Formats: sequence, C-alpha cells, structure tokens
Amino acid sequence: MDHETAMQRDRAVTIFEKGQAGRRAFSAPAIDVPERSLDELIPARLRRKSPARLPQVSEPELVRHYVKLSRRNFDLDTGFYPLGSCTMKHNPRLHERVAGLPGHARLHPLQDPARAQGALALMWGLERALSELAGLPHVSLQPSAGSHGELAGVLLTRAYHAEHGEQRRTVLTPDTAHGTNPATVTMAGYEVVKVGTNAEGGVDLDDLRAKADRDTACLMLTNPNTLGLFDPNIAEIVRIVHDVGATAYYDGANLNAIMGISRPGDMGFDIVHFNLHKSFTQPHGGGGPGSGPIAVSERIAPFLPRPVIVRRGGDGTNGSGREFDLDYDRPKSIGRLRGFQGNYGCFVRAYAYICSLGAAGLRDASETAVLNANYLLARLRQLGVTELLPPAYDRICMHEFALTGGPMKHELGIRTLDLAKRLLDHGYHPPTVYFPLLVDEALLVEPTETETKETLDAFAQAVADVLREAREDPEIARNAPYTTPVRRLDEAGAAKHPVLRQAL
Amino acid sequence: MTRYTAVTDADRQAMLEAIGVASVDELFAGIPQEVRAAAPLDLPDGLGEAEVYAHLRELAARNTSVEDEISFLGAGMYDHYVPALIDMLMSRSEFLTPYTPYQPEISQGGLQVMFEYQTAICELTGLEVSNASVYEGPSALAAAAYLAKLTNGRSRFVISRAVHPHARETLVTLCAGYGMSVSEVPVIDGVTDLAAWTSAIDEDVSAVFVSQPNFLGAVEDLGPLIEAARSHGALVVCSADPLTLGILEAPGVLGVDVCVGEGQTLGNRLDFGGPSFGFFAAREEHVRRMPGRIAGETADVDGRRGFVLTLQTREQHIRREKATSNICTSQALNALAGVVYLSWLGREGLVELGELLAARTAYAREKLAALDGVSLLHDQPVVREFAISLGVPDLAAVRRVIARCAVDHVNPGHPLAIDYPEYRDGLLVAVTEQRSRADIDQLAEVLGRALATERAAAETPSGGAEA
Repeated sequence: MDHETAMQRDRAVTIFEKGQAGRRAFSAPAIDVPERSLDELIPARLRRKSPARLPQVSEPELVRHYVKLSRRNFDLDTGFYPLGSCTMKHNPRLHERVAGLPGHARLHPLQDPARAQGALALMWGLERALSELAGLPHVSLQPSAGSHGELAGVLLTRAYHAEHGEQRRTVLTPDTAHGTNPATVTMAGYEVVKVGTNAEGGVDLDDLRAKADRDTACLMLTNPNTLGLFDPNIAEIVRIVHDVGATAYYDGANLNAIMGISRPGDMGFDIVHFNLHKSFTQPHGGGGPGSGPIAVSERIAPFLPRPVIVRRGGDGTNGSGREFDLDYDRPKSIGRLRGFQGNYGCFVRAYAYICSLGAAGLRDASETAVLNANYLLARLRQLGVTELLPPAYDRICMHEFALTGGPMKHELGIRTLDLAKRLLDHGYHPPTVYFPLLVDEALLVEPTETETKETLDAFAQAVADVLREAREDPEIARNAPYTTPVRRLDEAGAAKHPVLRQAL
Repeated sequence: MTRYTAVTDADRQAMLEAIGVASVDELFAGIPQEVRAAAPLDLPDGLGEAEVYAHLRELAARNTSVEDEISFLGAGMYDHYVPALIDMLMSRSEFLTPYTPYQPEISQGGLQVMFEYQTAICELTGLEVSNASVYEGPSALAAAAYLAKLTNGRSRFVISRAVHPHARETLVTLCAGYGMSVSEVPVIDGVTDLAAWTSAIDEDVSAVFVSQPNFLGAVEDLGPLIEAARSHGALVVCSADPLTLGILEAPGVLGVDVCVGEGQTLGNRLDFGGPSFGFFAAREEHVRRMPGRIAGETADVDGRRGFVLTLQTREQHIRREKATSNICTSQALNALAGVVYLSWLGREGLVELGELLAARTAYAREKLAALDGVSLLHDQPVVREFAISLGVPDLAAVRRVIARCAVDHVNPGHPLAIDYPEYRDGLLVAVTEQRSRADIDQLAEVLGRALATERAAAETPSGGAEA
C-alpha cells in the first residue's frame, strides 16, 4: 500500500454516493398545455408512492464521474487485446459517424417501409454480402448476438424436422465448443451429446460416427475450431451428419480466419451465424451490443424468422424489384426472436466495413489475421516461450492458437492466471485463459489482422520477460498485478456474499 | 494491405521467414481443395473512406427520420431526447471498444457502471436484484419465461393480449423449443380482461405476463392481476416502460416476481429498432436463475473497493448445458446510456418528465377525440400513448390517411390493425416531450383534414380512387 498509484488512491465512489438533494442535470421543457392535476389523469392508487432514489447530481458532476470511470477501463484503442475467440480488431471511427447520421440513428423502426427504403436497401445489401461470405442463399439479420443466432439455428432445425414429421432428441457438439453451444441446445429443448477431439485437434470421426444416429437433430461446429485449427475432415464430418438426416450448424465466431477463402456453405453447412461484433468491427462496448445474423440453405429458408426483407415491383419476381419491403406473410416461419428488425445500428457499421474492404480486402483481412497469428507463435517459439507454454497442437494455426501452461506451472510454479495478471502490468490485455476446457492451463491467443508486426514483437517479448522474471521470483507473478486501478479481487467472496446493488 | 492492416511487403517476408513457410498460401494448405472457395467473393471492390461516407449518407437520405417530420410513432420505441453527454460518453474509446470485463483489474469502469445500472433498475422497478442487461424488450420477456420454467417446471404460460405483439410472438417462438404452451387473455376496454385472466390461470401455469402501460397505452390495474396469479403459485412477469415508472407504482412494490422491459427510452436512440437494451429485475429468491452478466461489489487484496462479474456459475461459459441462459454478449454500452440517462434525469426529473408526458398526452388525446369521426378506443388512464378509432372502414383506409398526413410532414402514429385485426381503424399515438403543443395542434389539423379527404373520397361513386 506504500506505493499506491494515483488511480489506486482514488477509491471507487458510485454515482449514488455523490450529489446532494436539489441538484440536477435535467431541465424539463415548459408545460405548454393546460396544467392538469395528475389525480385527474391517473388514479392515485395506480401511482408511485415514493420516488425512485435516483442520483441527484449536476451535469458537470455527472460528466466527471463517468469520464473518470472510463479511465478505469483498458480498451482496444489504448493497447493490444489478443483475446482468443473474440476477434478484437480495430473499430473504424467512420462507422460511428455513419451510424450516427440522423437518417439512420433517428429512424423509427415502425416507419412505413416505403419511407425507410434506405435502411431496407442497406439491410438487403448486407444480407447479400453475408450470403456470399457464407456460401448460403438466405439470410436473416434479426438475432441480437451469436448466442441468439445459435438459438435461432437450433429452432430452425426443430422446425425443419417437425415439417418432416420427426421428433429428434439430441444435438452433437464437440468438447471444444463455446459454452453457448450446449447452453443453446438445452434452451431449444434438446439434449447435448458431446463428441470427442482427435489427436490432431479435430473432431474424432469414429466417435462422431458412433454418436450420430436418427435421434440426432443437428451438429453444432466451429471451424476453425476453438483451438484455432481448421478441421481437414470437415466434408466427411458434414456427410456423416447429413447421412443420418441431421442439419449441420456452423458457429461463425471464427469466421475471421477464412473470409473469401473457404465458405461454410461449400463445406456443406445448412445454417451459419455471424458475429458482427467480431469479424465485422461492431465495437464490443464492454459487453455488447452485438449482432448475430444467420445464413441458411434453401431447405431451411421457409422457417426463417419473420419479417423477411423482400423486393417488390419490377417484373414481380421477389429479388429483382426496385422497392424494398418487410414480408410478414411467412406461414412456416419460426416467428420473431425479438422486437423490430434487429440491431440496425450494427448493420450500418458492418455494411460500411464490407463497403470499405470489398472482396479483396475481406480476403486480405483473413490472410493477415492468419499470418499475424502464426508469426506471433513463431516469435514466441524464437524467444523460448513455447518451451514452457507449448502449443496444444503443434501445427500451422489459423487466426488464433492455444498454448498450454502445464509445463510453466510445473517448472516455474506460476499458473496461466498469474501470467495473465502480470501481463496487465505490461500494458496488455491478456489472451483468453482457461478456454478451451480440454487444454490444461489454456491460453488462447488471437492477435487479429489490424496489429502491426512491432506490436506482436513487443507482446512476445513481454511474455518472455514475465517468464524470465518468474524463474527468478515466481512470487512477483503470483501477486500481480501491481499497477492497475485495483489489484486482484476477491471473486469467491463476491459470489458467496453477493452485493449486487448500492444500499440506499 | 487495406487501410486497417499494416503488413508491408518487407514485413510479410520477414514474418514468413520466421514462421518457416514460403508464402501466405502455405498457411492455408490445411484447408482441403474440396472446401476452398471456387471463385473470389462476388462483392464490389473496396472504397475509400469518403466514398463509403457518401454512400451511407445517400442511404440515410432515403429514410424519413423523426427529424424529417413531426412524428407520433411509438408502439415500443419512442423519440425521447437523448442528452449530448450520452453521445460523448458512448463514443469514448474506454467504453466503446473493450470486450466483456473478463479481467476485472483493468475493467473497473465498466464493472462499476454495471453495478450502478443494477442499482438504478432495482430502484425503478422496486425489485431486489437486476442483471447487467439483456438484448432488448421482447426477448427479455421470453428470458423471464425461461426463468419461470426453471423455477417451477410447470407446462403453460398465460399472457395478456395487451402485451406488445412482438413480445407475445417472441415468447411463442422461444418457448416452442422447451415445449411450453401459451394462452392469450383478451383485452376489454383497453386493458387485460380480469375475469378471463382469472379463469385462465390454474396450477399448471408457470408464469403470467402483463405489461405496464400496455400496448394500447392504458395503465393496467396490476394489483388484482397479480393476486389472481399468485394464488395459484404462478410467477408474475411484468413488462414495464421504465420512463413511466416515475409516476406509476413500481411493479415490484405491487408483488411481481420479475420486471423486464425495453430500455430504449432510457437514453438510447431509435436506430430503426436497435441496438438498445432489455432490463431484467427480480425478487432476490430468483437471483441464481437469472440470465446474463451480474456485477457485484468486492474488495482487492489490499482492501480497496472493487467490482467483478459474479454468480458466474449460472452462465454458459461455466455451466454449459446446465446454464440458466445461453446469453453471452448483451448490451453493456446501451445499459451505460441507460444509467447515465437516469442520473441525468435524476430523482425529481423522472417524476417531472412523467407529469409532462401525461399532461401533453392528455391534451393530444382530447384534441384528436374531438375530430370528426374519431373516438377513443378506450378511456383508461394513459401516460404517453393512447389509442383512437379513426372512423374509417379498414387498415387500407388508415394507411391512406397516414400517407396523406405524410405529405404535410406529420406521422400521426401506428396502425393497430397490423397486429390487432379487431381494431380495424385503430391508431396508436405517442407523445414524447419532444412534441410541443404546437406540434400536437398541427397533428390535429393535418389528421382532421386527411380524414375529411378520406371520407369525401369514400363517398364518390368512383370508390375513392384519387386522381
């Protein structure tokens, strides 16, 4: 405590602990209509008896509070953020500007489609681009995030089987899957059947063959998977699944590795979700908003969520007319997943990104993401880091790679968590830790395409420095971090005695 | 190389050498030929920043926003004023660009915002616990349904037909998977039919859903509705408009189990429907079945106050198929706007704004009800939205009237018959603090004229077709 930084000395005080009775930031517009007693309009028994105890602060107090709070966050614009499976690529500021244009930002979702033609044209254009990237013909932009897209996909699968008079019970997911996959399966009323991983980090085909049967509704798969490895048996995997009449679902969280290079539709998948907040630069906002559009094959299309964007007029054929509209008349649709048309603000940003990069730029983004990941792994190897943190599967990776901290723990006595916390003192956001679950002391590293070689070199050096320091004195890493606004927090205590709101 | 990447030819050469391959293509050698894209992407070439801006500007210009007309559209999203400081805070890199706070030591800003947000939502709803946000309003209601299913395992949901049609449809979509049936209770005089509600609820009912105010703008008398459900042990879920809770009784005080709702009205722009946020608050006994992120207070090793994501054993990344929800990314940035907005309004402002909305809405309601042919669809108390009948034969006629108003740059509201065929000439009119008395007078004049034209056209032998 003797060496507290200024930020550490500045203890957390909430907005509810600031201010004074009578202070305010809001000035109400004048009441320009005849004054009416509230008693006359709404019976007292329906009205609030005691006011919500909201903060009472002036505008300057309010601004200073939240600006100071913002400075207690690390962010992508400040430093390297190689968080595996999250694709923390640069967020172009152009996107904020165009999303903020009043014609987009202040458009009411129930505006007559005839007077929202720009928005519908944009959504149509984004659907066409995502369709092209997926290699699948039909798209719904409605899901709000990846997990919402997954739920849509499994419900589409259910509707598809119901149409064929089938009630299947299970969904296959590899043991490397994101947690959202099994959670989605349960919410959609199916049972999870886990499929094992082979020695090369791909799906264990024998296990898949043994478990795929007429009860299998769907296989959910990420490819490249969460180990950052492209499964070379993908065509055979999809064939096995299709042979038992199940659908194949592609979790698009790792699409950033293969844009324009390999398409889920070409691999045989029926349903794909995209994370616009990963591959398509929607800023992550500290935990959202996101957007999780889905692309599907012809056989799944009748069940897509409604409304669906259509083109009317022209020669009368959907898809060629000049006027865009929202079509609710979809008798086989699974229905809505949410209100209105989806997270349009995210569509604007993703669409702008696709316009900026174009076909060649998107492919270049994926090639560079893969180049950066392999280069970072090579640098770690050159610096001797991989002797203590070897790759979980030693082969060319895609856009990310998984290291195992097992040898580091054994030899240096520090855990992956300690390494991560010490990297905070070096000014880096650590990679994803303890995921995927089947890698001991896992560290999942995804540098993305928008980082420079210099940044990758410096990060590799920082990891090497932490390991060298730990060899001399492991206590330093075990007690890290030292320079952050707070140091290691008591998470167990927080869960045991939850304090989830300010006592007022 | 694009403007967002930085690998020069020299960099690439050095990087490939370090990796030990001859070309970038070699890095992709593990992808079998049969699943390679056969041709380059069929997409246009990339554009410069100024060109992209011009294109997006052109698309924006083809939309009629609430800046281009006097709009009384509501029906779930409302044109409230968003203070400038929210734009500034939401565009700060430190809030805009981080991921979910998995490393709490460098995420105290975002985590404290979540804690403050949860506090504000608890205050507003009168409930004990809140999560850090879900996607948006209708899916928040469906998330509450899943909590009820996990809680009591019963087989049926009962929902008022006065709940937002998007929420009703979302509930049906999302509970189909886990095999629930949904029954709908009709509306009488603009509110949920209490007799039908009471007889629809029995011991098989897992949860009931009601909205405050309801989709028709009416304030529901929640007390008897809640009582009817609780006597059968069903969970009570109320979807509330948070901005009306300055003057309407907090649903938690009245005894609901869960209060959810659309957070757009709290400092978020319209954005053609999203992103906004959904809020989710509940009684304490439900906390371990809540969906999504929850921030909690704790201390660091030196005793400093700090915040972490907590109760994570509910969540998908820990519990996987046994999780209480699959939600991962939610709406942190939009929830930030929500708590900043509530702090900006403040304790008194929330009440004052509610009073202003009620007064302006009452004025508009009386003005429109006085027009020839127009009548109130119900005379229940309202806060910022009301429903009228236009006295025209059908939805097509309502649409023609709206189109005529558009010529005069007025958008009079949302046609109810789109979702409620029984209100064939119904119109839902919303009045925010951004619509002045002069705007309301303009609405009355323009709508009155449009209706007169419609009636005159209907009386002509040609059947109403205009020249």
